[in-house]
Amino acid sequence: MSVAQANTVIMKKLLIFSVAMFGFGFALVPFYEKICEVAGINNLLQADTLTENVQVDTSRWLTVELDANTRGLPWQFKPMQSSVRIHPGELVQVMYEVRNNSDREVVGQAIPSYSPQLLAKHLKKLECFCFSKQVLKPNEVRQMPVQFMIEPGLPNDVSVMTISYTFFALNSDSPVTDTVSKAKPI
Amino acid sequence: MAAVHDDHAHGHGHEHEHHGPPSGIMRWLTTTNHKDIGTMYLWFSFAMFLSGGVMALTIRAELFQPGLQLVAPEFFNQLTTMHGLVMVFGAIMPAFVGFANWQIPMMIGAPDMAFARMNNWSFWLLPPAAMLLMASFFVPGGAGAGGWTFYPPLSVQMGMGMDMMIFAVHILGASSIMGSINIITTILNMRAPGMSLMKMPMFVWTWLITAYLLVLVMPVLAGTVTMLLTDRHFGTNFFNAAGGGDPIMFQHVFWFFGHPEVYIMILPAFGIISEILPTFSRKPLFGYSSMVYATASIAILSCTVWAHHMFTVGMPVTAQLFFMYATMLIAVPTGVKIFNWTATMWQGSMTFETPMLFAIGFLFLFTIGGFSGVVCAVVPVDIQVQETYYVIAHFHYVLVSGALFALFAGAYYWLPKWTGHMYDESLGKWHFWMSMVFFNVTFFVQHFLGLAGMPRRVPDYALQFADFNMISSIGAFGFGFSQLIFLAVVLKCIRGGKKAEARVWEGGTSLEWTLPSPAPYHTWETPPVIK
Repeated sequence: MSVAQANTVIMKKLLIFSVAMFGFGFALVPFYEKICEVAGINNLLQADTLTENVQVDTSRWLTVELDANTRGLPWQFKPMQSSVRIHPGELVQVMYEVRNNSDREVVGQAIPSYSPQLLAKHLKKLECFCFSKQVLKPNEVRQMPVQFMIEPGLPNDVSVMTISYTFFALNSDSPVTDTVSKAKPI
Repeated sequence: MAAVHDDHAHGHGHEHEHHGPPSGIMRWLTTTNHKDIGTMYLWFSFAMFLSGGVMALTIRAELFQPGLQLVAPEFFNQLTTMHGLVMVFGAIMPAFVGFANWQIPMMIGAPDMAFARMNNWSFWLLPPAAMLLMASFFVPGGAGAGGWTFYPPLSVQMGMGMDMMIFAVHILGASSIMGSINIITTILNMRAPGMSLMKMPMFVWTWLITAYLLVLVMPVLAGTVTMLLTDRHFGTNFFNAAGGGDPIMFQHVFWFFGHPEVYIMILPAFGIISEILPTFSRKPLFGYSSMVYATASIAILSCTVWAHHMFTVGMPVTAQLFFMYATMLIAVPTGVKIFNWTATMWQGSMTFETPMLFAIGFLFLFTIGGFSGVVCAVVPVDIQVQETYYVIAHFHYVLVSGALFALFAGAYYWLPKWTGHMYDESLGKWHFWMSMVFFNVTFFVQHFLGLAGMPRRVPDYALQFADFNMISSIGAFGFGFSQLIFLAVVLKCIRGGKKAEARVWEGGTSLEWTLPSPAPYHTWETPPVIK
């Protein structure tokens, strides 16, 4: 085999390897999701289950503030009550209301956000409208529940916390990115 | 490619009478000569180095005093972003490829690179990519401004400057992959008879390992920016939380590329230093084989530590511990290298010409940067210094006084071989001492700023940071203007000077020193035999 032929063989191998690594980059996506699922990180779309019998700590009061936002879709979205006072370990249900102000069907997905951050570890949600996408017909109004419990293990210095939801548009005709880039101040 | 290669060899036969290249611009556009291409890489990277430097000086001018004086905050963010990108992808990486092009064929006794025409392509992809990056400043919304790591959600939201940046990264990545394939093939297949792998100069070894790292991770970066592009324009939701994607995943995929990338920028520097220290100590490199194994271990370990860039994302403690210990483990092979270099100098007959000065400067300052890296590896410390000037100080110690100083050392070391003239030694020494002093004035104080809590990527800062920022800015301007001395030295050296001998440095033992200076346009058409 001449040097030129041997060179071509190595080049082909390396090219195949590069293409495979390009694919590997994409393979990291399902791999990452699987790891998160196995490790129980970031399961935004799954309900928690209460495995043990939790005692309600009636000696302690917590204030949970409820917040609602929309991003890039013509909806009005608000909690039915701005805050609730609850005990750790108590199972509570709060209601949110969403209204489609447009005359077309719009699909949205709510993404939660917690403050302080460590609330995420102690918040157990049994039911939430954020577990699935919401399809609203023109001018439809919908009331949706969130059923949750805050574990008594929450550190004592935390007494006020915020649960926030933001609805993002899922339609391909009005992607989130368009709206946001138009709103850019520069 | 085989056909092209044959063509080249054939065409070569016809031109046997006149060894010189064709004249005019066509020489540079169509050249397949590794020395021409190496020269173009080096000039390109120097031009990018100056452009990135102007951005850095604008940043430091704004930070000279607290408050907003010179530039708008949006533009400041574009500057920090583009400074990083231009320096990493435009200056440091192409400069090392330039060295590889010039030196690898001469050092292993090969007539040229394996795929000469692809080599031409690898280079000529760079100027369009650079133009895309520079032009993005002038489009609506300006250049990408989310940091050189282009994290979403910012990078999903920005204007068309971000698209231009993504395409530029695609092109630069393609160029790097082609260059690496060329380098690997050249080293594996075209060594002179008798030159076994373990007889190769260290510079060639480090480039072989670097090129493997490049074909391993560059395609992953290409995949990452492709996902970003489809998220922006084609309705996918890889990183878009609303659609079920995850911005944190971007950081994992990006740093899977990004951490090996920092070793891509430092391993060839290790190679250059491993050539220079033995030459000017007049002793063979101490622990050659341990150097090879250390380089390979660094490369392998570098693929397992990426998440130390993101300790604050909320990963489980076990993951933090794994990445912390793996990161600290890299200090072991790096330590082997530092001690081997020190042992090489031990009891050597040292002289201190400019290449040696830069090499010793590298040894001191890179070690400082390495240690601040170990500090950052400790999870609780990193959570404290994350996104502060401590990190800025750390990576400028490894990238400027590491990679860049090694590049200067290599340039002074091989300039006489390339041009046939000795460079101006006293100007070279001026360049070294000015760089050395002003570099430390610029970056040493940034450690203190970071420990005191000054965040990076902000155009304004609290008053208690004012003194150190002023010192740092003065240093930055000193450092920036000192680099013009280097330009002067190179131009002067090309125009003339004392005639360089074949063996420019009496301690030089590798193959290129057996060639005349300047190295003829075609070398090693008959390969040397290594005993």
